Amino acid sequence: MSTALGWLAAAGLAAGLGMGFGVAPREVTQGNVQRIMYLHVPAVWVAYLAFAAGLVASIVYLARRRPAADRLAHAACEVGTLFLGVNIATGAIWGKPTWGTWWTWDARLTSVAVVFVMFVAYLLLRQAIEDRERAARYAAVLGIVAALNIPLVHFSVYWWRTLHQPPSLLKPGSSTMPPVILAALLVNFAALALLGAYFIARRTRVLAAEEEALA
Amino acid sequence: MAWKDLLVERRSKETLNALLFFSLALLFVFQFALGPDRERLGAVLPGLLWLGFILSGVLGLGRAFLVERENDCWEGLLLTPGDKSAIYLGKLAGSLALMLVVEALVLALFVVFFNVDLGPALPGLALVIVLGTIGVAAVGTLFAAMTAQVRARELLFPVLLLPVLVPVLLGTVKVTEALLLREPLADVAHWLKLLVAADVVYLAIGLLTFDVILEG
Repeated sequence: MSTALGWLAAAGLAAGLGMGFGVAPREVTQGNVQRIMYLHVPAVWVAYLAFAAGLVASIVYLARRRPAADRLAHAACEVGTLFLGVNIATGAIWGKPTWGTWWTWDARLTSVAVVFVMFVAYLLLRQAIEDRERAARYAAVLGIVAALNIPLVHFSVYWWRTLHQPPSLLKPGSSTMPPVILAALLVNFAALALLGAYFIARRTRVLAAEEEALA
Repeated sequence: MAWKDLLVERRSKETLNALLFFSLALLFVFQFALGPDRERLGAVLPGLLWLGFILSGVLGLGRAFLVERENDCWEGLLLTPGDKSAIYLGKLAGSLALMLVVEALVLALFVVFFNVDLGPALPGLALVIVLGTIGVAAVGTLFAAMTAQVRARELLFPVLLLPVLVPVLLGTVKVTEALLLREPLADVAHWLKLLVAADVVYLAIGLLTFDVILEG
């Protein structure tokens, strides 16, 4: 199953590269730098999907106490953190030539960074507890707190920033997006979603093998 | 539970004294780090105030389950019959009372040392301090129970707690800022709603999941 998912993801990535570099035109004002958006934007979507999956898996684990649900929560949050890291890194690479700076305390950047730190803390907690069953329980609670905290972080950071400066400045205009670019974005989103699902599937299997080896 | 903790605290005054002097030390450090420029100090005052509250809260909450652990009463907590959420509420109330006392004293120290005139802002300030402290204590109590049995707990506790508290910190600082500038509370009503929402979410998660943490 996961091998098939892997091949699908590979095919999707190839298609995504083709769409991003071949089919999609060179953006007039930003030039080729704009093409990094085809990785940058889908990465954050996939990250939040993974965190949502982690939230559901955490709740299911607390209700049913199936180790499989815990492994899924662990893998999903790990992969979500990875994709969020990709999003932040590509954003910085895009920001340097476009805005002239690697980082700015803009609302979106800040809220994504806070969420990233929250889930790194989640992974740290998992690492710090030796007892597997206890790690699963504690991590499930923390996973729920972190995931439900995401909307609070978003609202607070958005208000914190936008009361001072007009949001239009740093907001990519979605209304003006040509269909070709939108299509390239969606193909890449599908590819990255497949890749994320593949990573999660592999990671859960590795976690299961680790547990078996330790048991 | 809260009664027991408060009684122990009243008898020993251990945590309260230490937290107070920690806050006092923070006050001096802030002053040295920022220099004597009164203008600049005034602009960052709400942030400093809440940084002080949250740091002393982190220290105090980190010790919330220390008594149980050091005196081998952890099993006692686990074996307590009935609803575990009562233990959560008790611990929460104890920490909350301690934090509010420390915060009131720190606020008085701020007035003295930084020469701020609170005056008419005081009722609003009390409201935002209570709302913010409930949020900090609600997550803090949950995480303190979680990290009580984990190695490197002094390190892990703030690492878990601080990023989660970002919305509370932003909300309280913004409201405090508006209050000190004598702006009407209605202007920051959305922040107050956010604080209430955060308190409700954290309390609900704490009540629902605390028995999971006390399982063993």
